[in-house]
Amino acid sequence: MREMGADAPFEPEKLVVTVDHWTPAESARTANLHRGVRLFAQEHGLKHFYDVGEGICHQVFMENGHALPGQLIMGRDSHNTSHGAVNALSLPFGLTEVAYLLAVGSVWLRVPESVRIHLRGRLPRGVFAKDAILHVIGRVGADGCTYKSVEFEGDLIPALSISERFPFCNMAVEMGAKAGVMPFDKVTERYLKGRAKKRYRPIAPDPGARYENTFEFDVRGLTPVLSCPHTVDNVKPVEEVAGRTIHQAFLGSCTNARHDDLGEAARVLRGRRVHPDVRLMVAPSSRLEYLEADRRGYIRTLLEAGAMILNPGCGPCFGAHQGILADGEVCISSANRNFRGRMGNPRAEIYLASPATVAASAVKGEIADPRPLLRGR
Amino acid sequence: MGIPDVYSGEIVKLGDDINTDLIFPGKYILVLDPPEMRKHLLEGLGEEYHSRIKPGDIIVAGRNFGCGSSREQAASAIRAAGVPVVVAKSFARIFYRNAINAGLLVLTCPEAAEAAADREPITVDLKGGRIELPGGRAFRFPALPDFLMEIIEAGGLVAHGRKVVAARRARPEA
Repeated sequence: MREMGADAPFEPEKLVVTVDHWTPAESARTANLHRGVRLFAQEHGLKHFYDVGEGICHQVFMENGHALPGQLIMGRDSHNTSHGAVNALSLPFGLTEVAYLLAVGSVWLRVPESVRIHLRGRLPRGVFAKDAILHVIGRVGADGCTYKSVEFEGDLIPALSISERFPFCNMAVEMGAKAGVMPFDKVTERYLKGRAKKRYRPIAPDPGARYENTFEFDVRGLTPVLSCPHTVDNVKPVEEVAGRTIHQAFLGSCTNARHDDLGEAARVLRGRRVHPDVRLMVAPSSRLEYLEADRRGYIRTLLEAGAMILNPGCGPCFGAHQGILADGEVCISSANRNFRGRMGNPRAEIYLASPATVAASAVKGEIADPRPLLRGR
Repeated sequence: MGIPDVYSGEIVKLGDDINTDLIFPGKYILVLDPPEMRKHLLEGLGEEYHSRIKPGDIIVAGRNFGCGSSREQAASAIRAAGVPVVVAKSFARIFYRNAINAGLLVLTCPEAAEAAADREPITVDLKGGRIELPGGRAFRFPALPDFLMEIIEAGGLVAHGRKVVAARRARPEA
């Protein structure tokens, strides 16, 4: 921003800053970087600054009411598409582009074509929102929605909480989408009550709106699925990969580490132990979600089962500083990417799954269907 | 600033879905210094992969080049290695923007990308909108919009931003 000749950010009241990568700092270089961000926030009197420990930016931004229906949100991380969960148009950008926005106050945007993803039915027991979006990505493909605005619709959606809508929008980028948007309804309204920082105006498609494509899915027939090494769209049903030995299980990331996600894992793990050859790491996506999970007893259940609880932040998901894998190891993760080397070692493998599947696999020591372990719970 | 009308170089051929974790692993996202960045270019394909790439080389890739993270170094590391152009069957959205902002030319030409072979010579005629491969094979590609070329010709978004901010300052407040 300064290199471009601007002394201060344009409209600082619209700026929300979170320090979430590599937190707490693992090196002096990182600590100095964090400090630089802190000083910037102080210098410009930024009202919305969330320091180390508050959590992952996408979670913190949304839970504090910064994401509102009808807004256009620019963000410096690819999973900024997440806020479509509350009916916002939320777009990801690279760092220089965000600096340009701070310096100049505007950005060019190409209006994308729109695509509909129609979700019919109710999720069967033991099958979760994460399974549904992985299934969609597996069918549509990693570039199936490149540059498109994806609108989710269908009778599944009213049954989904905001937390369950989040993974759909969060992982829209894994299909190449520019944005992923959920409809506004009573669920959205309830979520925003007491959270919303200002008035808002929901958005909906015009009657007769034109779509380039519509993908239809009936979720009633879905089973748990996983993204298999080494691409997100390499999706297979759990039956096909069950039995594969795992060494590490990660329940974290912006995608699936809210208190309800931890609750699903706790439901599987209650009274059971993590397999002796498996390391289970749990990182709630924000301090608020951590507190809620604690209030409900999930943290205790996870700890008693043998999990390690990490602080909220971005780390293991992208191979930063915790839970790096050894050569030849396999990790099952509730995060959003499994590219080769994603978690810090190109000689390791990553499977993506729902929190329940992650927990079931942690118990068995191998990729496992969560449904038998959820029976009667 | 201005850029050449024609680029000639050796092809570095890559496949489909080359993602940003391959192009520039996540653990290096705090590396912003160009000489250091280029050491980690395409490290996902091998720790010494960057030594295969010399200034003037042109990357030719398949579909969905640059998919994944919004990390800018996926584009700026390519630039730092002296590669001026990437030709691909298709680009992922965030990478495409980051490339323009880094002053890296990103040209969509599926036919040329399909026909190209590793280590062959390639010529990109920006003005004429043509890509030439050995044996007289030529392929057309769509020109980039003027306002995007403006950013590239300025040398990237920082330089372009400087101009915009300065111009704004020179104008009286509306």
